Amino acid sequence: MNMNPNPSPHLLHALHEHQQKYRFVSNQAINDIASQLNLPRAQVEAVTEFYSFFHRTPRGRFDLLFSNCTSCGDLELMQLLCKRLNVETDQTRADGLVSIGQTSCIGMCDHGASALINGRPMTGMDEHRIEAMVELIEAEVAVDEWPSEWFEIKDNVRCAGLLLSEPFESGSALKMVTAEGVEPALEKIKFSELRGRGGAGFNTAQKWKFCQEAVGDAHYVVCNADEGEPGTFKDRVLLASHADEVFEGMTLCGRVIGAKRGYLYLRGEYRYLLPHLEQVLEDRRGSGLLGEAILGTSGFDFDIDIVVGAGAYICGEESALIESMEQKPGHPRIRPPFPVTHGYLGQPTVLNNVETLAAAALIVTHDEHWFRGVGTMQSHGSKLLSISGDCARPGIYEYPFGVSIRQLLDECGAQDVQAVQIGGPAGRLVHPSDFDHQIAFEDVATGGSFMIYDHSRDLLEVIHNFCNFFAHESCGFCTPCRVGTTLLKNGMDKVCSGHATAHDLDEMKRTAAIVNRRSHCGLGVTAPNAIVEGLKCFPELFEAKLLHKEMEPEFNLDASLAEARMLSNRDDAEAHL
Amino acid sequence: MSESDMKNIKIDGVEVPFEEGQTIMDAALAANIYIPHLCHKPGLSPHGSCKLCTVDVNGRSVSSCTMPASEGQVVENDTPALKEVRKSITQMLFVEGNHLCPSCEKTGDCTLQAVAYHLDMLDGHYPQFYPRREIDASHPSLVIDRDRCIMCELCVRASREVDGKDVFAISGRGTSCHLIVNSPTGKLGDSDIEVDDLAAHICPVGAILIKDHGYEVPIGRRTFDLHSVAETDLGEIKLSKTKHHDESDEADNKEGGVYGA
Repeated sequence: MNMNPNPSPHLLHALHEHQQKYRFVSNQAINDIASQLNLPRAQVEAVTEFYSFFHRTPRGRFDLLFSNCTSCGDLELMQLLCKRLNVETDQTRADGLVSIGQTSCIGMCDHGASALINGRPMTGMDEHRIEAMVELIEAEVAVDEWPSEWFEIKDNVRCAGLLLSEPFESGSALKMVTAEGVEPALEKIKFSELRGRGGAGFNTAQKWKFCQEAVGDAHYVVCNADEGEPGTFKDRVLLASHADEVFEGMTLCGRVIGAKRGYLYLRGEYRYLLPHLEQVLEDRRGSGLLGEAILGTSGFDFDIDIVVGAGAYICGEESALIESMEQKPGHPRIRPPFPVTHGYLGQPTVLNNVETLAAAALIVTHDEHWFRGVGTMQSHGSKLLSISGDCARPGIYEYPFGVSIRQLLDECGAQDVQAVQIGGPAGRLVHPSDFDHQIAFEDVATGGSFMIYDHSRDLLEVIHNFCNFFAHESCGFCTPCRVGTTLLKNGMDKVCSGHATAHDLDEMKRTAAIVNRRSHCGLGVTAPNAIVEGLKCFPELFEAKLLHKEMEPEFNLDASLAEARMLSNRDDAEAHL
Repeated sequence: MSESDMKNIKIDGVEVPFEEGQTIMDAALAANIYIPHLCHKPGLSPHGSCKLCTVDVNGRSVSSCTMPASEGQVVENDTPALKEVRKSITQMLFVEGNHLCPSCEKTGDCTLQAVAYHLDMLDGHYPQFYPRREIDASHPSLVIDRDRCIMCELCVRASREVDGKDVFAISGRGTSCHLIVNSPTGKLGDSDIEVDDLAAHICPVGAILIKDHGYEVPIGRRTFDLHSVAETDLGEIKLSKTKHHDESDEADNKEGGVYGA
């Protein structure tokens, strides 16, 4: 049974419910929700305005958010739909029928152009689809009645390795830990040298041990399923087809650290998985694998709740995720202290990635060399890679650590490759001369994102896209990231529009260094990567776009006239310089 | 505590003692060493958001207001490189808001301006953002001019931690972050702030001002005309600035400041 049958609704859930019903969150709604949940009004307002899926002005009855990811986004389709429905982006049509905007990567990178329609992911979009959608929207046909194949989401597992090919028996890891005890289980994970799969690569056994030893009123396990790094979708697949292993890993961790409660923080883009996940939890409760006295062991009590996010990349940062769980805007906390000692509600908390928890469950049910015997000396086991972009077979590729970039490109059918972005916009832009490098913590580390760009792509636009992404996703807490990511975006605007000079490139390098070194959290630290790597590996692309190669003042007269053009309602060639 | 129990960190080559629980900033201020800062105020919980107090500890960049002091730390603070970084961060704060010093009542009393002078900042350097931000003049004695807000959250913390209220918060994300008021209408006039609250006086810039008291202290006699921002005991001086600088109480009766009736 669920030990907490009637939890008071989470602020994010209350706001979502309201938004679904009324299509926006009004001032009155903020007051009402604040008093219902007994929260300060300002907190409710701050949360509403922090998460991009909540809106302060009414959205359309059909509300579309097109992914702007370089793999699952196609903003030309968005423009086409806007034109056909006669609506401006982010301006709800006067009849309230439709609103169209963009959103960061929705994790459908193996499914072609995608969008969220009333929160539901729609995949494989093209011009024909847009035409069909125009008719359905104008006729006000409910989204539920649209062709179901438009919403089909496949796993696309192209290569199953250690984790994905292994059959899993529900409860097997918990049987091991109840039969042999907590310490042998922890010892097995320690011996495996499992490291966090979200990207940071912290030793999992060490994290669990620190948390186990930390003193607190309660301990918590949190599964980070806020898979927001553009180009990553492996957690989507794990949750869709291997949720049992993930929940088993959480319960195992709960047993090891002495937690009675776990939370899965699911990104809002994956809300469609919620009924399935709730069902898996219910089945596990029915089988005595969750609830009180798990497997009949008195004192082994553990249950799991799901918190659903609402469009904020920063919530993948562990302390921001905890803030979000505590019904606040996702601002990363000051560290130290770290979540293992001061996490959710100030209590010792283990935060692990979906893949890490699934791996932990499998490690304790296997002999000790099963995991450790695979991979490289410093990176044991396998890695789930989300491969997308310009290749014949996008999807999930599970390979032992140490696989080379070149081999992955061959496997997925990529040709004429100009560059690969590994680890998402926060990761590394890899030049073909580096394709013999390996995927491993000690070489090219990644949380799983692997985006391929062939020579048909304008790499500057890719870098521009990443800069827009970080400016949009910066939480705004610290100065270098809040202001710096926008300065970098403005710099790339200028480069891409052909108005930049050599001076602008120097300025961007300088700003990038400050944002990288002085920001509060990992978002700012990694935000300038694309520009820095781009200038280093592909300087000729930048130089070809410069207005002047010598030093010139940076004033962009054309951009400065944008407001005048808007006021005079002109955008013709004569109105531009 | 005996001499041998005393632990030390090294700031720019100087041994600085600290007690367990102190941050690098605490230890520095106690030793009369200035580390530039805007969002920090002794007595309020540290925030670590403005990043002006960024220092290099054993080669790693940290915020001195939040980093606990610990034995063996070698801290670089007053170096040309860090001065340059801090100047850039200050310029970022200037260009993201609308800071028109000559027409601001806070000029001469403004910590942002004083820090800028301290860092030899002569211009905004970056292109201006020119954001549009709302003014809230609904309160009879206070006004919020968000053009000047630097998101330091001193007012947020002062209200919560000292005044025992919860008047302010920061809402939004990225460059659309803005100060909001915790009242049913979101207006300051409908909040429970009182003019004697610390939150009404703590603003380091001219974002929260007292109405009816404009330009009482002539330029040339304002806080930073008489003091350097690097004086480490400025906290008290600034909060009592009206009384400190004014020879008589006459000023209290004056009406019609910039925002007055």
